[in-house]
Amino acid sequence: MWMQPFTGLEPTFREMERLRREMNRLFADAFRSTGLHAAPAYPAVNVWMNEDSALVTAELPGCTVDDIEITVADDTLTLKGRRAEDELPEGATYHRRERACGTFSRLLTLPFKIDASKVEAKFENGVLEVKLPRAEEDKPKRIAVKPA
Amino acid sequence: MAEETTTLQAQEAQKQEVQQSDAERTRAGLVFVPRTDVYETDDAIHVVCDVPGVAEDSIDITLENNVLTINGYVKAQRPDGYQLSYAEYRVGDYQRRFTLSDEIDKDGIEASLKDGVLRLRLPKAKPASRKIKVTAS
Repeated sequence: MWMQPFTGLEPTFREMERLRREMNRLFADAFRSTGLHAAPAYPAVNVWMNEDSALVTAELPGCTVDDIEITVADDTLTLKGRRAEDELPEGATYHRRERACGTFSRLLTLPFKIDASKVEAKFENGVLEVKLPRAEEDKPKRIAVKPA
Repeated sequence: MAEETTTLQAQEAQKQEVQQSDAERTRAGLVFVPRTDVYETDDAIHVVCDVPGVAEDSIDITLENNVLTINGYVKAQRPDGYQLSYAEYRVGDYQRRFTLSDEIDKDGIEASLKDGVLRLRLPKAKPASRKIKVTAS
């Protein structure tokens, strides 16, 4: 007996797929509405931009200038370092331990090439600010339109 | 000697906001609870707070009725000519309160602030002992 191909399932799958996409979008939007992305790694960074440069800030309390290593290559910025543990005198006991210590390493990719020779970084009151100017050859160039 | 250091996790970077009822301020702005370590030695209790962005002149430490209040004020981040394009943390003031016991010598509290870390040293009071004179009756 020749069986009729059962086409009834296909529209069902399409509907389920559409529902799945809608749910994903709903959850993604619910978290995005807070306006903040959770940091994927330590430290949390804020990135400020203008046409010619980017400013990356990070909070690194307890680090010293020697503990932080900043490397710049092409369009990436690498922040590496360590937060040293407090040296406790003999026989001290902790009542409460909320601060963490350890090493960190974070790579950020910027939307333009960085001019490595003009990068400035400053560390004040535990806040690191890195200014990354855009490389000259990467800046948009104005094209003149020739009249006919 | 091999040194074992852990890698800092992303949740260490998250800041916790103070409950609104405690720190209602007249100015609108965020107030965070600074991460604090408290450890005790033989002669003192040490309190170490992470307050990045607070300068020496904008920290306020008060002791009233055995309650130690730490208030750190941070200038809002607003670099000229830049637009915020990606934020993972917010900037705000810090506040935390601790209730001290009578064991603390309140006049000997020392505080220092460096690189965004506030260190308080609360010396323990020497136990009061009085010698009682015996008079011949």
